[in-house]
Amino acid sequence: MKNMDKLICVVALFASLLLTASVSFAAGGGGTIYKMHVDVHQQKSLQRGAKYFMNYCLSCHAASYSRYNRVAADLGISEQNMREHLIFTGRKFGDTMTVALTPEQGKEWFGAPPPDLSVRARSRGADWIYSFLKTFYVDESATRGVNNLQFPGTSMPHVLWELQGLQTLVEDDDHAEEDSHAKDGHGAHKKELFEIAVPGTMTPEEYDQAIVDIVNFMVYMSEPIKLKRQAIGVGVLFFLFALGVLAYFMKRDYWKDVH
Amino acid sequence: MTNKVGGIIGWVDSRLPVIEFWEAHLSKYYAPKNFNFWYFFGSLALLILVIQIVTGIFLTMHYKPDAELAFASVEYIMRDVNWGWLMRYMHSTGASAFFVVVYLHMLRGLMYGSFKEPRELIWIFGMLIYLCLMAEAFMGYLLPWGQMSYWGAQVIVNLFGTIPVIGDDLALWIRGDYVVSDATLNRFFALHVIAVPIVLLGLVVAHIAALHTVGSNNPDGVEIKKNKGADGIPLDGIPFHPYYTVKDIVGVIVFLFIFALVVFFAPEMGGYFLEHANFEPANPLATPEHIAPVWYFTPFYTVLRAIPNPFWGVVAMGAAVFVLFLLPWIDKNKVKSIRYRSALYKVNLFVFLIAFVWLGYLGMQAVTPMASQMALRLSELYFLFFVVLGIYSTQRSAGYYIMWFVVLVGLITVYDVFRNNPDIAELTWKTWIIPVAYLFVTLLGAAFTNLDQDKQVPERVTS
Amino acid sequence: MSEHVIDTGRRKMLTVSASVVGAVGAAVAVVPFISTMNPSARALASGAPVEVDVSKLEPGQKIQVEWRRKPVWIVRRSEEMVSLLSKTEEKVRDPNSEVLEQQPEFARNQTRSLTPDVLVLVGICTHLGCSPTFRPELAPEDLGPDWVGGFYCPCHGSFFDMAGRVYKNVPANKNLEVPPYKFISENLLLVGELDEGAA
Repeated sequence: MKNMDKLICVVALFASLLLTASVSFAAGGGGTIYKMHVDVHQQKSLQRGAKYFMNYCLSCHAASYSRYNRVAADLGISEQNMREHLIFTGRKFGDTMTVALTPEQGKEWFGAPPPDLSVRARSRGADWIYSFLKTFYVDESATRGVNNLQFPGTSMPHVLWELQGLQTLVEDDDHAEEDSHAKDGHGAHKKELFEIAVPGTMTPEEYDQAIVDIVNFMVYMSEPIKLKRQAIGVGVLFFLFALGVLAYFMKRDYWKDVH
Repeated sequence: MTNKVGGIIGWVDSRLPVIEFWEAHLSKYYAPKNFNFWYFFGSLALLILVIQIVTGIFLTMHYKPDAELAFASVEYIMRDVNWGWLMRYMHSTGASAFFVVVYLHMLRGLMYGSFKEPRELIWIFGMLIYLCLMAEAFMGYLLPWGQMSYWGAQVIVNLFGTIPVIGDDLALWIRGDYVVSDATLNRFFALHVIAVPIVLLGLVVAHIAALHTVGSNNPDGVEIKKNKGADGIPLDGIPFHPYYTVKDIVGVIVFLFIFALVVFFAPEMGGYFLEHANFEPANPLATPEHIAPVWYFTPFYTVLRAIPNPFWGVVAMGAAVFVLFLLPWIDKNKVKSIRYRSALYKVNLFVFLIAFVWLGYLGMQAVTPMASQMALRLSELYFLFFVVLGIYSTQRSAGYYIMWFVVLVGLITVYDVFRNNPDIAELTWKTWIIPVAYLFVTLLGAAFTNLDQDKQVPERVTS
Repeated sequence: MSEHVIDTGRRKMLTVSASVVGAVGAAVAVVPFISTMNPSARALASGAPVEVDVSKLEPGQKIQVEWRRKPVWIVRRSEEMVSLLSKTEEKVRDPNSEVLEQQPEFARNQTRSLTPDVLVLVGICTHLGCSPTFRPELAPEDLGPDWVGGFYCPCHGSFFDMAGRVYKNVPANKNLEVPPYKFISENLLLVGELDEGAA
């Protein structure tokens, strides 16, 4: 008699599997050129990323939900260090990371106001930002002389060009293949998409590490509590497990009465 | 009460019948002793309601229902407010958990015939609660004022605009503006935090009061009140407290464990509980590439998309929800529990579940010709389930089954001929087989085999 | 239900232990909810210590800064103003700053300050929270010939001297509050933080 109940259980399980499968599909999908491994628990990487971010991004992009003092506390940067090296605009330690650039100025200078980057890593995803920073190339037809493969026609100049140098797109007969590169991990794809035309101050490996650092930092910044919530969660789960065991034995004891 | 209780409780009890209440609903409320796994979800739904209300109160202290400030205030909660992230993640995860639990709770009712006489009102109240939850979830989703919030609300409100004659004015009235705007956000906030929760609480009280009037059903579908001992207590009943309180506590802890897994380790749930595009502030000038409702609405959203005509699509979607209200009057079979229903009934329910889940899956995907054909076929299966359920209310003659088979296949075919166009002809006729095969098994199977035979229901509950 | 024996001791033990553990969990779970109502990072940031450059402050001049959303006055007292504090000694209610919570320990002196010249006060009347006016002049018409400079609260007529000490027989009964502050350098004042080393 109870077989049917079990069958329905199986259906419910099937449904949840389907959901999980589509979830992982959605998480893994999305057309980005490269993929990267995000690790917000690499404090050194976050610190370097913060430095690059404050130096290169924060002059035009705000991160107006993020506070300097929170970043300092979470990344293990001392207040003095933060004030001396990372807070450039004479702002206060507890301030949010805003910029002097107004949206109107941004629109005038860049065609579109530079978006706030506080939660960019949650809306675009780490892979997208990583690919974006990696795929600027020289394109004479573009207004700024550079274009981007991840975000064609972007109005952002290649602010990291001194580090990366300038690269050109490798002419490829079958452009259709470009999409298949996405399957590989970063740097592991079979055919290089670009070649360096003007070398930068960094080697390609150093540059790759630099943008990994930036993206790591941006992922952290998009959800600062990420550094701690899993540890808190482990505590909660241990507690619930212990309570669950007690509750189960209590239930079993009471139910000895029921025949 | 013959024994007067002293002390504070006695003092209160002589002024307010707390002991009577305690006994009527807990210590002397006799529930069937054979509840299984499926009977956890009622108490869990109540738990989630409490979680939502409490976290909601604390979120309200920091949230700003203003189009200029809303998005920033949510990030403020996530970063600057002490433990604000936990309130927000509990609330957003709670919304999805509510639907998971309520869907399972409804499936339980469907499986064990808990909606049948004398529990029709319980079912109606339950469905009203479900409607309130959908309204609550929809309006709550606008509040973060992200891209998905904005465009989701825009699309759904425009559905009202498809209603003939009054549609445009109605949509305008709901929004309070020509597009979704600050006015919409402000009123959705009011409805989300005050109006709907009050109605919801009232309905929950009515749902439980009606349940405690007629008593709980159980996996065997046997009325325990029909077998009472000399003391007037049902032989198969046990006091809700302590037996089901201690049991539900175990269920609650298991649930909280899973809940904590999501809250602390996967609050976005891969973009299904918190959609990626919603981390971008609402922009009335740019639609995100791919708009999908949150997962719990997707089955009905697919029904909407299955029909090309917008108005009839809305009607079909509304009907898909409304038909559930009629369940007590559709399935009038005396056998309540699936345990004693016929093999074909089980097939019917099974197909329905698959169709529902699949409809939900399709609602998250982009529309392709194949997907829209499947959406239509699965919608047909969704509605045919109820027709076949009605036919199964009693054992019928072979001729009756055959007649319905011919009528239903005819209707489906006529609609296909009517809607057909050369572009989709092949897909149309290839997928035509799906509803026809379903009807072939459920109706002709009933006509020509004895798989439509229900089983004997025992006198007392088993195990 | 009577044909078997229930081990009531065991049941009681299990019930009590589950209840205690559950209650502890519930109590811990309440903490985050309560904490959300504490000042947020934004409130704390806006209440952070404020740096004030006093190099351009002339003797007898008052400037006002905002600290924790309250007005804070900084007055550079002239030597005459400091010497006049001895004159008001007998007219004020609490000349030696006996009411401890009204100032940091270092300000329990006649000038109620770190250095005699620079006075730092929270500009809120200790009566009902109005903001008093700065009246440094001697013997103005409205305040009478005995007035030797100080603060006057127009709401209910309370008087304070040039060290923020409250006069006798006025509605306010406590001296004006001296906030914690320290000198970062000779002319750079930090309002809102004590000098840990010197305390």
